[in-house]
Amino acid sequence: MTEIFTHSLLQHYWWIIVSLLGAILVFLMFVQGGQTLIYSLGKTDEERTLLINLLGRKWEFTFTTLVTFGGAFFASFPLFYSTSFGGAYWVWMLILFAFIVQAVSYEYRSKAGNFLGKRTYETFLLANGILAPVLIGTAVATFFTGSQFSVNFMNITRLTGDKMPVISEWTGPAHGLEAALNPHNLLLGLTVFFLARVLALLYFMNRLNHPVMMERIKKQLLINAIPFVMFFLGFTIWTLLSSGFAVNPQTGVISLESFKYLHNLLQMPVVAILFILGVALVLIGIIRPLTCFEKCSTKGIWGAGIGTILTVFSLFLLAGFNDTAYYPSTFDLQSSLTITNSSSSSYTLTVMSYVSLLVPFVIAYIWVAWRSIDNKKIDSIELENESHVY
Amino acid sequence: MQNIDFSLVDWSRAQFALTAMYHWLFVPLTLGLSFIIAFMETLYVRTGDPEWKRITKYWMTIFGINFAIGVATGIILEFEFGTNWSNYSWFVGDIFGAPLAIEGIMAFFLESTFIAVMFFGWNKVSKKFHLLSTWLVAFGSNLSALWILVANGWMQYPAGMKFNPDTARNEMVNFWEVLFSPVAINKFLHTISSGYVLASVFVIGISAWYLLKNREHQFAKRSIVIAAVFGLITSAFVILTGDGSARNMAKYQPMKFAAMENLYVGQQNAPLVAIGILKADEQELAHKKQDFRFTIEIPNMLSYMAFLDPNAYVPGIKDLVHGNPEHHIISYQERSEKGKIAIQSLAAYKNARKAGNDSVAKTALASFEANYANFGYGYYAGRDVHELIPSVATTFYSFRIMVGLGIHFGALFLVVLLLTLKNKIEKKRFILYTALWSIPLAYIASELGWVVAEAGRQPWVIQDILPTIAAVSQISSASVQITFWMFFLLFTGLLIAEIRIMTTQIRKGPEPLTPEAKNSPKTLITKKSSHD
Ligand code: HDD
Ligand code: HEM
Ligand code: HEM
Repeated sequence: MTEIFTHSLLQHYWWIIVSLLGAILVFLMFVQGGQTLIYSLGKTDEERTLLINLLGRKWEFTFTTLVTFGGAFFASFPLFYSTSFGGAYWVWMLILFAFIVQAVSYEYRSKAGNFLGKRTYETFLLANGILAPVLIGTAVATFFTGSQFSVNFMNITRLTGDKMPVISEWTGPAHGLEAALNPHNLLLGLTVFFLARVLALLYFMNRLNHPVMMERIKKQLLINAIPFVMFFLGFTIWTLLSSGFAVNPQTGVISLESFKYLHNLLQMPVVAILFILGVALVLIGIIRPLTCFEKCSTKGIWGAGIGTILTVFSLFLLAGFNDTAYYPSTFDLQSSLTITNSSSSSYTLTVMSYVSLLVPFVIAYIWVAWRSIDNKKIDSIELENESHVY
Repeated sequence: MQNIDFSLVDWSRAQFALTAMYHWLFVPLTLGLSFIIAFMETLYVRTGDPEWKRITKYWMTIFGINFAIGVATGIILEFEFGTNWSNYSWFVGDIFGAPLAIEGIMAFFLESTFIAVMFFGWNKVSKKFHLLSTWLVAFGSNLSALWILVANGWMQYPAGMKFNPDTARNEMVNFWEVLFSPVAINKFLHTISSGYVLASVFVIGISAWYLLKNREHQFAKRSIVIAAVFGLITSAFVILTGDGSARNMAKYQPMKFAAMENLYVGQQNAPLVAIGILKADEQELAHKKQDFRFTIEIPNMLSYMAFLDPNAYVPGIKDLVHGNPEHHIISYQERSEKGKIAIQSLAAYKNARKAGNDSVAKTALASFEANYANFGYGYYAGRDVHELIPSVATTFYSFRIMVGLGIHFGALFLVVLLLTLKNKIEKKRFILYTALWSIPLAYIASELGWVVAEAGRQPWVIQDILPTIAAVSQISSASVQITFWMFFLLFTGLLIAEIRIMTTQIRKGPEPLTPEAKNSPKTLITKKSSHD
């Protein structure tokens, strides 16, 4: 019994870590949001260069967080890795392509002899900026809406017959693209897209010293905040009213339960508080700069950023905790993944938990390093004195 | 085995090979150049000589161009384990996932945080803190190599695990055995030191070009000295660890070893074929027996190298396939039958468990455990076991070219270093051209190393336990074909861009010294001394 208890504890701990990484990733996608705003904010080449350099100092963190999110998910819930990535092949591939083209664009955009031309790299940034938030949002929404797959460990003993010895099988030929056509999923994709843009605007307010562009940023904030709030409300209400995928903790049997996510929210008051607090902080972060621009504009990113992390974090917890299947299969309900049936062994999770003790140190040195190079707002004059310019 | 979609397996392999080899075009330079830059900056901080700063900054620019594409090509590899090798991801994810996650937490954040300070911190942080950042970048990138190579080493020699029949996967039982497996450690050391050699060749080659063009003499000679010393030391290390790799291989992957040496019939006092050209006999080709057209042999050397004993017996391909009772080697035929029993017992165990029949489950489990060591061979039951032989020609030639080039680089470092110290290097145009043309050779040696390691272990993804055919995801082979070509086009385009940016940057040369720096007393002193 104690054995099971510790394993379950470790599974919950790792779900928290994965959720936290996912939440930080969504916050850091302000880089992607910014990439979609370069043309609407920057009217001259100089202005665009300024914006790109601002984002260019942060893109690696988003990228590395994505990589670490993937690695941590693999180590703690390998069945998710093998089922979702191999199944929703096309969605993940498109996401990855979007990140590949991003990774070179900052460094190569303004370099002589860059072969494809400045415009191409800017287009890469735009493509990444649109595809990454929309598709990642869509993929995360399937945590609530489900996908079409089946899992059977015994498939690896198939030596004869006409089916491959593959454990996780996806049904339907679209391999994940179908998820992007589901309006419920798409709502979350668009929420993340507009959220990323809002966060980018708040980040620019915090870091940029350019009065002309600041006017445009102010205008854009309202234009993007409205669709963000609409899509977010749409997704949240739809999800709270939907049926969810409940697990019987004794038997492991999975069944549909009406208002499951609403129940989760009510049954886990801590999560409910985090969620409400998160939403409130995001809204304050947006509204304050709109109402008291002079004094408050630099602080918006903090409120909205922390709010985003709390909100996304609590959404992940709604999907995985309280005996819920976090990666449901609508094709074969009993194949749905839960944090219990998809996790690594106790031993591995324990090893990984020791490793996770490093995380506070990582956060601390990132903080120190950023403070040391971000000590004042950026403008064209500063950029001219800089030896490494994108 | 009509159930295996071979076209899917082949395209998945092709895609992994393509993306891994592209990634590896950029990784070794990152590994080595990061240290070379750190040495240079250390000299700058120690001496205060602005010329060293200029040298450091120049190589840092080159580093940045290479780094970006290294990152771009790396992300796809991590996710490909899930997208294309989904069975694999479950079957060994409990062990394999951990190093990947640790790599992210420990290494990649270190790398990407301090790279920002390295590039943007020149005017903002203290000299010491900047230097520390540069060292941390070097340390971080090499730390990332540790974790991924532990993962790869584990696939060649699975240690520290146990199969759990209830979850149908291998589970980690000892983290330290995974981390400190002899194969993993040796692989790590050989791979990073080969990266140092490549980076040294790169720096020397580019510097040689400046000398050939009669430009930037001081810059070039200083860079050459740093790189040649680094290269000379690490060359010795590459040879040492390469030898260690071969010995591990003889012990843990005898088939790979036999293929690499084209050893068909095992023998005592086996000679080493230093140089050889294979003769492919039409009739025997089906059985992958290849003989030599021409060889230069070193008697007893192979036995000695593999087992440190000139009289040791080295098994050949034939012994491994057909068995050799005298040396206690069981045939592949037999192994595949045992493997089949293991697989079927696993199914029987699961069914019995489901039916609640404990005694049947127990016997099935016992039979499974008795045969588990041959689990992977079971997928080849009823097939031609010669399919279990890797490509002999590929591994044989790749290995010899790598080793030959390794010796060439060692000699090059020595010659270049001596000539530079004697201040004669400018006049030796032949040596300068050789240095320049050694750059592509370093890349060839490095890629061929992976070809030996990876093509040589076919058909295994996890040695003896999981063959490639049972590791793939179920996707249509057409989808994989499409993504293969997408990667091919994209990566090739980006490679061309990288090379062009790099060559433009090289032609442009290092930034001229600023006027203040030029007149600083330190510069004047070093300038004087270099003119003597
Ligand atoms: C011996 C070294 C080595 C080897 C064998 C590999 N890599 Fe690598 N990788 C590095 C050494 C490295 C590096 C030196 O750390 C890189 C290269 C350039 C760079 O920017 O970092 C990197 C970058 C890099 C990145 C981007 C990291 C970031 O966010 O900064 C990822 C996700 C991977 N790699 C993943 C992989 C995977 C899954 C591999 C195996 C199949 C692999 N690498 C082989
Ligand atoms: C960056 C250096 C690497 C290079 C250049 C490389 C090269 C290759 C090549 C050429 C193949 C295809 C072999 C064949 O099908 O004939 C391959 C396959 C594979 N490699 Fe590597 N490899 C590298 C690193 C790694 C690492 C570090 C891992 C694991 C951690 C790994 C895991 C695999 C897997 C899973 C396959 C697919 C299965 C197979 O076909 O064997 N590789 N690699
Ligand atoms: C000079 C003597 C050398 C020897 C005896 C040697 C030996 C070996 C052996 C036996 C392997 C296969 C290991 C395995 O399959 O597990 C290997 C792999 C490799 N070699 Fe070498 N090598 C030498 C030089 C070089 C040089 C000069 C380079 C590149 C600059 C290089 C780069 C590599 C790489 C990247 C791998 C794949 C990683 C690995 O498996 O360790 N080697 N080497």
